[in-house]
Amino acid sequence: MTKTIAEINEKIRKGQAVVVTAEEVIDIVEKKGVEKTAQEVDVVTTGTFGPMCSSGAYFNLGHSKPKIKVGGGRAYLNDVPVYTGFAAVDIFLGATAIPDDDPRNRIHPGPFNYGGGHVIEELVAGKDVRLAITAYGTDCYPRKRLETWIRLEDMNEAVLFNIRNAYQNYNVAVNLSDRTLYTYMGVLKPNMGNANYSTAGQLSPLFNDPYYKTIGIGTKIFLGGGIGYVAWHGTQHNPSVPRSDKGVPRAGAGTLAVIGDLKQMEPAWLVGTSMLGYGCTLTVGIGVPIPILSEEILRYTAVKDEDIFATIVDYSEAYPQRSPDILREVSYGELKGGRITIQGQEVPTASLSSYPKAVEIANTLKEWIQKGEFLLTEPVAPLPGVEAGITFKPLQERPIEE
Amino acid sequence: MTVAKRVVLHFPPRLVDEPIIYRLVKDHNLVLNILKASVTPKEEGLLVLELSGAQKDYDKGIRYLTEAGVRIQSLGQDVIRNEARCTHCGACVVICPTGALALEPTTRLVDFYPDKCTACELCVLACPPRAMEVHF
Repeated sequence: MTKTIAEINEKIRKGQAVVVTAEEVIDIVEKKGVEKTAQEVDVVTTGTFGPMCSSGAYFNLGHSKPKIKVGGGRAYLNDVPVYTGFAAVDIFLGATAIPDDDPRNRIHPGPFNYGGGHVIEELVAGKDVRLAITAYGTDCYPRKRLETWIRLEDMNEAVLFNIRNAYQNYNVAVNLSDRTLYTYMGVLKPNMGNANYSTAGQLSPLFNDPYYKTIGIGTKIFLGGGIGYVAWHGTQHNPSVPRSDKGVPRAGAGTLAVIGDLKQMEPAWLVGTSMLGYGCTLTVGIGVPIPILSEEILRYTAVKDEDIFATIVDYSEAYPQRSPDILREVSYGELKGGRITIQGQEVPTASLSSYPKAVEIANTLKEWIQKGEFLLTEPVAPLPGVEAGITFKPLQERPIEE
Repeated sequence: MTVAKRVVLHFPPRLVDEPIIYRLVKDHNLVLNILKASVTPKEEGLLVLELSGAQKDYDKGIRYLTEAGVRIQSLGQDVIRNEARCTHCGACVVICPTGALALEPTTRLVDFYPDKCTACELCVLACPPRAMEVHF
């Protein structure tokens, strides 16, 4: 049995495509078997909703009268600094940027109440934000200062461009030390008081296409409540990690760089987020449709939490010191049970990624496809796979002799 | 019949120097557990208490506090989850010491049980989207 994306799109246009979520497909395959399900199901939808720090957006502000050249100058949105190293009125806002006068971790743990992710959420919600620019002034761009309210609809372009999202698997974080740790994996209580993980597991996009056989550059996706596209493989994309016999990576592996028009997104799916003692970020909603082109691809989408394993890492010593030590492997099935055992100790688990919201994303995407509003795209180029032989390089420091 | 209730007491500035809690325990035979206290001279004082004892003594104790000029609120009204901001990630469930925030195993939605909340406020800053709010 094989299908093409063109054939599936034809069915979507006619309102005849059979679309199920990556959660629903598990039971269907168990009941009907792979062969029959692969014939019946056309698309499996996935979803994930978690904090993703390598997110951001670029904006074209429009020209003021007289003109100002923000390139090489400084600019802020609601006091959050943006990157200005482009042409006259293009800026980039990163999710983790924080105001210059934020106390940071001076009194540890800093609260990190407001940053780039929060500005993105407010802009998407249609709110006014304060734009402040200082520039050096040129003959063609004489103005040196500008302060104004601005909102998304005032801008020429507003584009979400996240350079690493949707990590295919991730560490489970614990704390072996005797003091509380404040990390990007949340608050970690001393002596393994909790184990935090972050994934939608069986619903997560790249767990359902572990070898990137359908997801590639140009794949149309649900992004932040609107439409987006896979722009490239994400930074730190590392397909070469050990995998289970079903092909599921046993550690952080593939990632996606994604892009989409911010003006059609929704604040419920781009949520400004504060990690106590760590910093600000953006919680991003992503859903990827997987066309069931063959039985092999269907088999991948039937992956269950019990089949997906992650590594438990100590964030008091091993993680910060870049040590490869892991405490043990654990399945997401076990993690979702609420308690796991590590070194004979029972440890409560918590997730930073919202499973109910991932379900909602997969269902929304399913609805869009069923209504014929969302057609699938053929990738224009594949993402690097295992055969690319990518090695994940650490930074080798070379002392600079003065 | 015995009762155990969590209450928030607001002391007007004039009462901050008075031994109100001493009288509450001594005259009304109530057991109390202080969950939170903020007392500053010449400003409104705040005390979060768990009070337990016989229903009759509890009612008399509350009457005594009211007549003395203490404003009483039940605790459940003070810690609020902003439903629009909660993403149901579940980061709070291992932080909450009393099980007031707990995961519903089937839907994986985070349930909030105000009656179990002791207003320790640990969840407020640990919540990544900052959905937990305290209004004393």
